[in-house]
Amino acid sequence: MIPDVERHSALMLTDVAGEILKGSPRAAARLITWLENEDPRAFPCMEALFPHSGRAYVIGITGSPGAGKSTLTDKLTQTIRSSGLTVGIIAVDPSSPFTGGAVLGDRVRMSQLSLDPGVFIRSMATRGFLGGMARATGEVVKVLDALGKDIILIETVGVGQDEVDIIGIADTTCVVLVPGLGDAIQSMKSGIMEIADIFVINKSDHLGADQLYTEVTTRVEQDHHIKGRPWLAPVVKTVAVNNEGMEDLWERIEGHRRYLKASGEFMQRRRERTGRETLRMIHHEIFRLVRRRLEDTGEMERLVGEITDRKRDPYSVMKEVLSGWLKQAGPTGEAS
Amino acid sequence: MSEDKSLEKLKAAKEKWEQGSVQKTLSKAPERRKVFTSISDIPVERLYTPLDVADLDYERDLGFPGEYPFTRGVQPTMYRGRFWTMRQYAGFGSARESNARYRYLLEQGQTGLSVAFDLPTQAGYDSDHPLSMGEVGKVGVAIDSIEDMRVLFDSIPLDKVTTSMTINAPATVLLAMYLAIAEEQGVPFGKVGGTVQNDILKEITVRGQYIYPPKPSMRLTVDLIDYCFKEVPKWNSISISGYHIREAGSTAGQEMAFTLADGIAYVQACVDRGMAVDSFAPRLSFFFNSFTNVLEEVAKFRAGRRYWAKVMKERFGAKDPRSMMMRYHVQTGGVTLTAQQPINNVVRVALQAYAAALGGCQSLHTNSYDEALCLPTQEAVTVALRTQQIVAEESGAADTIDPLAGCYFVEAMTDRIEAEIDDYIKKIDAMGGTLAAIEQGFVQKEIQNSAYRFQREIESGERVYVGINKYTMEEPPPANLLKVDMSVGEVEAAKLKKLRAERDAGKWKAALDHLREVSQSEENVMPAVIEAVKARATVGEICDVWRGIYGEYRPKEFV
Amino acid sequence: MAQERKIKIIVAKPGLDGHDRGAKLLARIFAEAGMEVVYTGLRQTPEMIVEAALQEDADVVGLSSLSGVHNYFFPRVVELLREKGLDDVLVVGGGIIPLEDVDGLKSAGVKAIFGPGTDTNAIVDFIKNNVRN
Repeated sequence: MIPDVERHSALMLTDVAGEILKGSPRAAARLITWLENEDPRAFPCMEALFPHSGRAYVIGITGSPGAGKSTLTDKLTQTIRSSGLTVGIIAVDPSSPFTGGAVLGDRVRMSQLSLDPGVFIRSMATRGFLGGMARATGEVVKVLDALGKDIILIETVGVGQDEVDIIGIADTTCVVLVPGLGDAIQSMKSGIMEIADIFVINKSDHLGADQLYTEVTTRVEQDHHIKGRPWLAPVVKTVAVNNEGMEDLWERIEGHRRYLKASGEFMQRRRERTGRETLRMIHHEIFRLVRRRLEDTGEMERLVGEITDRKRDPYSVMKEVLSGWLKQAGPTGEAS
Repeated sequence: MSEDKSLEKLKAAKEKWEQGSVQKTLSKAPERRKVFTSISDIPVERLYTPLDVADLDYERDLGFPGEYPFTRGVQPTMYRGRFWTMRQYAGFGSARESNARYRYLLEQGQTGLSVAFDLPTQAGYDSDHPLSMGEVGKVGVAIDSIEDMRVLFDSIPLDKVTTSMTINAPATVLLAMYLAIAEEQGVPFGKVGGTVQNDILKEITVRGQYIYPPKPSMRLTVDLIDYCFKEVPKWNSISISGYHIREAGSTAGQEMAFTLADGIAYVQACVDRGMAVDSFAPRLSFFFNSFTNVLEEVAKFRAGRRYWAKVMKERFGAKDPRSMMMRYHVQTGGVTLTAQQPINNVVRVALQAYAAALGGCQSLHTNSYDEALCLPTQEAVTVALRTQQIVAEESGAADTIDPLAGCYFVEAMTDRIEAEIDDYIKKIDAMGGTLAAIEQGFVQKEIQNSAYRFQREIESGERVYVGINKYTMEEPPPANLLKVDMSVGEVEAAKLKKLRAERDAGKWKAALDHLREVSQSEENVMPAVIEAVKARATVGEICDVWRGIYGEYRPKEFV
Repeated sequence: MAQERKIKIIVAKPGLDGHDRGAKLLARIFAEAGMEVVYTGLRQTPEMIVEAALQEDADVVGLSSLSGVHNYFFPRVVELLREKGLDDVLVVGGGIIPLEDVDGLKSAGVKAIFGPGTDTNAIVDFIKNNVRN
């Protein structure tokens, strides 16, 4: 690769956060790349931006492929825009576990929004992260938040029933179902029913839509009564491709937002999320450092060889590495 | 009974040959490949014998030319009566230049005209629309109004030539203009002959020149078919296309299968409109590709003819034999032509034309050898036309009907491809029909997977492509390429300005208002479109009326 | 250990042409080579392509043209990228492009033109060797 040429307009380290706060999409785009690559330049920027985040409302759009999530995101954004709010969109697609690459095709359906200055769209590849999003998605939300976007839409991969991490980031999670794709039966068995704040039945002009509507509504009511869930998830019918049902959906989202604020659940959820996220960040960083040291010194290779030859067992190896680390890290920590 | 016995004998003899002579030869020299497959991924055996066509029943499966199931041809005398129509696609830049090229080709012996429109016209935009920037007159002629159409057909008698227009989403508008010009020439609609492509489904899957969502698009399609059936009886109101599907990378079987699936959707739409099958079906026509594997192509055409006949008879209950005939135009495969060693393409086109003739097409366009470099020069176009003439006059292909019938390999391939077609149609039916299959991306993904497989075969060298991955050479840059006049866009924009200033504004507005009204009713739009073009409404203005009502289509891309 | 850097590439078809077989094939091949490919679809204006490149922080923009519009669209995309301060984005083009136009496109800032029949491995290698740091 050819070396970068010095240019006066090259983004300088400390400028990035400042530029983002001034509303520069280019700076935001660069910081997002740093976050995706776990580039250390990201940290000081995120520190500077954090006090300016927490304002945006985050909506998750999840559901199986073919549900029309991208079209829905596109049309919903247009509806949100007409109420004067700005929107950040994160569209996540899976990376290939074999090649590491990805085709990010969600943006295609949002062509019209490309030129709206009030909309910022970023595609992200999962890069092996499970749960329906990319590892850095939560951080990217903060960037778009600091950039000044009022609403952030996250379109998840939504391949199966395990992709439920969205609830760890979104204030309102919309689960999109489609008649005729076996959605009804599948969703009943999965965690999808639990995570949905709102159900969207897209392509509701198709055969089977009414039946699906009834099935979902019934199940929602059952959960509400039997499990005592306080929020009764509304079921909204849409035909995204015809721009039908968008206003209804947006109203329901706002309704959920009002409920969260009024019930105090909003702050409670945010606290829980912050707790989980902070622990996760610490975990990730500690592990990263431990691993790097083990691999850089060749220690990992040596230990793996010993364990494989059964000269040592992994359990005592773990204790040894940990106590070594804790001694390095500071005075506190349990001795082995 | 004795037939079975003789087949048993033959089977044994064949095995003896394989275990004997063949093994002996193989042990000294292996075959070139472990497994031989055609370009369409169909396994090709070493030898075909009567064993491979044991179930063939002549009268049931082949029949006679001009009779059900039309496997051998749709016409009893085929080329012994009259050669296929030699119809070369042309059109570029301005209507004036295109008119000159048409008159040249007619003088050189071409028997029908074929009009290529530029992309703005195909997409329903006027030459001065922002999205038309840089595209006006590039891949075809720019037609904005009836005035351009008049120049295009200047001195060309519309009762003596037939014209094929490659136009889809705005087909109603361009046909309306053509009819209006015919009227000016004093030619009654009953004598006007030609084709409009009018096939929106393939635009959505592989070609990209769609405007409105599928449902209103189908409405316009059926309006045109219905109008022509009643008012322009010699007109072929739709050319259901597989050419582009093949260009997009499909196999031969997929090309035929997806085209016939589209055909089924159109026939169904007309039937749903209340039209009797035998009223409109005789005027349906098709448009296919022709690749270099001659034998496979011939099998494909025969399989298609047989399958379509069965579909029309059994699924749609057609009674008129003409409703069951798959009549089609062929264009040789553009995507098969290389930029490297372009003269090689003359050979490819010749083989592809030969395949089309052996396959029994009704009309043929042969590509020019410089196709991969630019729009064709006059010299290259002439060679392409001569190619057809040589196949017609010198190869013998036109002197007897369906000469490859009975060839064990070709009959086996015909059966194989027909089975593949049937398999796809059943899958598509199970998904809820062609529109549903397209919406789900099934058709698109199948095509892309074939394209991908082919690309990989070429890059690994598994499949040889002369001049590309074998027999390559250093070449000087090509000369004498056609240059498209860049100023066409400016000229057209000026013409539009003048047109808009000079036309009768009251008449124009009334015509568009009436069109808007009709388009929201159950009435056929064609008369209102004709009225609008006569009032000098432009392509863009008419299409905008419909954009306002039906919206613009943004389909999902399947990568 | 930081995440491995991925090359981000926009694959776009400017203009009205709808023949996307090549563009889609390359999108798939680039992904198989480990890149993250934003496929923008049909009917892209230069403005839309550049905005996507900006928001996606793309390293590369790949343009495909089969309808003779390259001389208008390709330089325009380069121009707009420069206007937005995205000079270090690698721009490459492909499709049906006459050899005699290649020099003009290169001096307008298109780093390479890949005509029909180009080995896709060569395209991938070119990108990997010429993408910015």
